[in-house]
Amino acid sequence: MDLDLASEDAVFREKLRAWLRQNLPRTARRRKVSQGEDPGARLAAMKAWQRKLHAAGYVAMGWPRQYGGQGATLMQQTLLSEELVRHKAPGLVGMMGLQMVGPTLIHWGTEEQKRRYLPRILAADELWCQGYSEPGSGSDLASLQTSALREEDHFVVNGQKIWTSNAQIADWMFCLVRTDKAAPKHAGISYLLIDMKTPGITIRPLLQMTKDAGFNEVFFDNVRVPVENVVGGLGQGWAVANTTLVHERNMLGSTTQTQNMFEALLRLARAAQRGGRPATEDPIVRQRLAGLKIQVEAMRFNAFRNLTATLQGRKPGIEASITKLVTCELNHQLAATALDLLGPYGVLYRGSKYLRDDGFWPYELMFSLGLIIGGGTAQIQKNIIAQRGLGLPRWK
Amino acid sequence: MNFALSEEQEQLRHQAREILGHECPPSRVRKLMESESAFDPDLSRVFAEAGWLGILVPEDLGGAGLSLLDAVVLLGEMGRAVVPGPFLASSVAATLALRHAGSRAQQKAWLPRMAKGEAVATLALVEGPEPRFDGVGVQARAHPRADGFRLDGTKLFVDAANSADLMLAAFRRGAPPREAKPASSGSFDGVALFAVERSAPGLAIEPLVSLDETRRSCEVRFSNVRVGREAVLPRSSAALARVLDGGAIAVAAECLGGAERALELAVDYVRTREQFGRPVGSFQAVQHLAAEAVAAIEPARALLWHAGWAFDARPREAPLAAAMAKVACAEVFRAVSRTAIEMFGGIGFTFENDMHLYFKRALANATAFGDGSFHRERVAQLAGF
Repeated sequence: MDLDLASEDAVFREKLRAWLRQNLPRTARRRKVSQGEDPGARLAAMKAWQRKLHAAGYVAMGWPRQYGGQGATLMQQTLLSEELVRHKAPGLVGMMGLQMVGPTLIHWGTEEQKRRYLPRILAADELWCQGYSEPGSGSDLASLQTSALREEDHFVVNGQKIWTSNAQIADWMFCLVRTDKAAPKHAGISYLLIDMKTPGITIRPLLQMTKDAGFNEVFFDNVRVPVENVVGGLGQGWAVANTTLVHERNMLGSTTQTQNMFEALLRLARAAQRGGRPATEDPIVRQRLAGLKIQVEAMRFNAFRNLTATLQGRKPGIEASITKLVTCELNHQLAATALDLLGPYGVLYRGSKYLRDDGFWPYELMFSLGLIIGGGTAQIQKNIIAQRGLGLPRWK
Repeated sequence: MNFALSEEQEQLRHQAREILGHECPPSRVRKLMESESAFDPDLSRVFAEAGWLGILVPEDLGGAGLSLLDAVVLLGEMGRAVVPGPFLASSVAATLALRHAGSRAQQKAWLPRMAKGEAVATLALVEGPEPRFDGVGVQARAHPRADGFRLDGTKLFVDAANSADLMLAAFRRGAPPREAKPASSGSFDGVALFAVERSAPGLAIEPLVSLDETRRSCEVRFSNVRVGREAVLPRSSAALARVLDGGAIAVAAECLGGAERALELAVDYVRTREQFGRPVGSFQAVQHLAAEAVAAIEPARALLWHAGWAFDARPREAPLAAAMAKVACAEVFRAVSRTAIEMFGGIGFTFENDMHLYFKRALANATAFGDGSFHRERVAQLAGF
């Protein structure tokens, strides 16, 4: 056990902190929940931020140098994502490409695919969305029905995807399609890259309970996709997708984000009143906050433990499932506590003159519920922990 | 950055699991539960030979001089085996008290014997009617006399006092504090530990009938007990908070080991037990109970390792770390030992099944060295809420 950073890592972090102090856009420090901003201008600003980070060498640091990365150690990648969150930097608009398709292409893609897609992912020239879930295929993803039938040098895609985040701004979709209806469920699936401007694609926004339209339904009506857009070979889609599902679970379970949220909750509790005194003096509030603090710290140290295991070359097991399960629920509980502290103010929403913290807490309460379901529901994570972790029998 | 046990610590764990598997199987645990003292000198000898009784005793006093994190590893294994007897009281709590609060003479008189298993010591702190693990709760008085002190008062929930040769008992030397914040750190002003031998006239020890029969929680009455000045542990008021942090971390370690083992036994059972023509462990209702237990145990383990490490490596972080680890591990043990009983079903409710050993140990450990609300309030203070 030793929690001190190696000297080269400490130097790396100092340089990064200095860079962030210089370059972080002032207006973007807070997560913007309030609306009224022009979406086009917002998108341009988000792309500009990713390009600025990229120019400084802070995007996709773990990618090999020949594909535009830095070949950075896992330790430095972790420090980078921690510092970005700690400094409340805006998220990366190209996250889906950077975290999901990019690593998949580096692992499975042809040299040509890598050269074609990776530079544009890095520079936010092309944004990506994920086409996995379908109306009939949620947790049972492998039952998906969207078909891609070969016609000479093209696939003709028909079907529907759902819960597709950011389809409305994406240039490309990485998509799971059924290329062989006769093959067993998992074996008939391929991983296909689809240009969102192809004729036959219709995007219909879905209004979420937060009143955002962040995700969509995407319909495919005889959409023609060149055969060279398959990644990892025909029928390999399930294996290809599984390499990145682990990334998604890590993405959703950032413990640094949870630490920030706890700090914000503590500020709220100090400002809130109970019996004419700060709520932080109320023994019941103190007990509840302490209980949450303990869970937040447990996840922080657990992340160190998982990082060490990965650095030591241990194969990933159920750690990502535990992190996803616990952190998403913890975020939800932090927001629920904030709403209790806010009392009736807690249910005021965007546009109210009495809105507290820009409406972050009621938004987060809802948003975190979405993440408890998305990326593999809490129940699916428990199945994984029980079956893969503890070896309990699956029943078919 | 390296958040993992060392190779030596992994070895210690393997060695402990092997020795305890041979020497302290459930059959021996049950025999000791039924015995009058729950203390087995033969088992003590085994622990002494393995170097465990002196794990926290400095090398120059005949111990192994290891860190608290090393002891955490060993205590985890002891928790798995629900080891009866005075290990935690003597080899952790009393040893830390002598090490951090005792004079060199006191250390030399007791620690080498404790490491060899020739003497057992325990810490007597808590009193009724408001049992608490800080200085405010210490009301029993040490009255100064010409050549020392006269001790009066009753200590409760003193672990293993029935088999102890030495009580390290807390008494108030000055006036009690008028008003003190609950659980505030540094609240041991005016309190000192006194080394009182079992043979001292006026000392009466009575085991309390307790749910957890693997240990003897005792009442220790001091009536007019006369001790010399040399009985005072000179650095008591400065060191007591640290000793109790060490105790809390030790109990947390035992809790986590117990939770881990109870879950393993229950998972093994549901793998083979069949109902409706299939293993009950194939039902998701059962799988999710087990998965929730895993998702509670693993983050708590991270808090525990951090606390064990911080105790020696970063003493300023240790009080907060100890409080967090105690809350998390004690809660996990209570929850998981209960879940494990449910997973066993009806057989889990019988005395013959071992699950109740874990469940009862969890209940006893929940309050040892401070309960959940006490430590959550400490977290609130130490984290500056």
